[in-house]
Amino acid sequence: MEQRVGRLLQIGVLLSAGVVVVGGAALLLQYGGQPADFRVFRGELDALTTLRGIAHGVRALDSRAIVQLGLVLLIATPVARVALTLVSFFAQRDRTYMALTSVVLGLLLFGLLWGRG
Amino acid sequence: MTISLLALLIAAGSFGAGVLGALTGLGGGIIVVPLLTLLFGVDLRYAIGASLVSVIATSSGAAAAYVREGYTNVRVGIFLELATTTGALLGAGLSGFISTSTLAVLFGLVLLFTAYRSLQPREEHVVAATPDRWSLRLRLDSTYPTPSGLQRYSVRGVPAGFSLMFVAGVLSALLGIGSGIVKVLAMDQAMKLPFKVSTTTSNFMIGVTAAASAGVYLHRGYIEPALAFPVMLGVLSGALLGARILGVAKTTRLRQIFTAVVVVMAIEMLYKGIRGGM
Repeated sequence: MEQRVGRLLQIGVLLSAGVVVVGGAALLLQYGGQPADFRVFRGELDALTTLRGIAHGVRALDSRAIVQLGLVLLIATPVARVALTLVSFFAQRDRTYMALTSVVLGLLLFGLLWGRG
Repeated sequence: MTISLLALLIAAGSFGAGVLGALTGLGGGIIVVPLLTLLFGVDLRYAIGASLVSVIATSSGAAAAYVREGYTNVRVGIFLELATTTGALLGAGLSGFISTSTLAVLFGLVLLFTAYRSLQPREEHVVAATPDRWSLRLRLDSTYPTPSGLQRYSVRGVPAGFSLMFVAGVLSALLGIGSGIVKVLAMDQAMKLPFKVSTTTSNFMIGVTAAASAGVYLHRGYIEPALAFPVMLGVLSGALLGARILGVAKTTRLRQIFTAVVVVMAIEMLYKGIRGGM
């Protein structure tokens, strides 16, 4: 089990880093010459803040959306880890910890899906 | 400055933060935010978003190596994650109502506390032999590998540890840091876990805690790809290198340098926060 958790984390981080490298390189090619100004917070457009928007941008090969996809994969890695922990408590028939882990997983999914407010 | 040049400078700075963070065990997140805001003039909210992402990357990257060694106490981790993720969601909710100046002052105070803690000598306390009521009910006691075979340990101070973890979660979300310093305080001091167990379990939890608020911040537009990508790649590669040279480097001297840097950043964050320049 521990082996599998270790592998999952490794794959998650490597995969997301790979996607971010590709997206980042494309971003520099596409927007690299523009002046950088991040002094004032403007927030991002829907295309970069919602899963649907990001998926749409990736299909259109927008470099910024590709970076966001990599970051979403990264954020999903610890969530997947908790899900895998839930499976392992399930296999051990450990009811207390199945319940506790489910609550943690629920809170994480809530965070991923909520947040428009 | 063009986006390319800024990305290059940020990647280099984040790389340094990652190396130092891994070598001193304090994590890179605590200096990434001041680096971005004070040095590059990035808005605090973008800095927090980018930093949180890098916190997840280093925590997961390091945890991949740790879980196999058998130090991590998964039960303790999951139980305390109830506190940290709740705290993180609350912190993310609150952050919309707190001015960046207030956040900067809070950040300065946390930096000062980090510097203070990092100068304290860390003594290995005696491993607790008797669990408390909660620990018994939640079956938190476990074993960890020592040179003389597996050793049993008990977990104490569960309510105090749980409360501290809630604070760690709130701070993590508000400031975009791993708040490993508070997590280790809770597990080391309050719950009397063995040193190796508290650091690895803390690391296990940092990624999960950061993921809770990172999702919220993504939706709120705090995560700007042009900033987050050099920060993530820089800190991650720096942390990997740092972990590799950990045995060779002279960490006492580095710790002093790191502490000095943290104090300077703390003063500047406090100054800017109070003067209202954030």
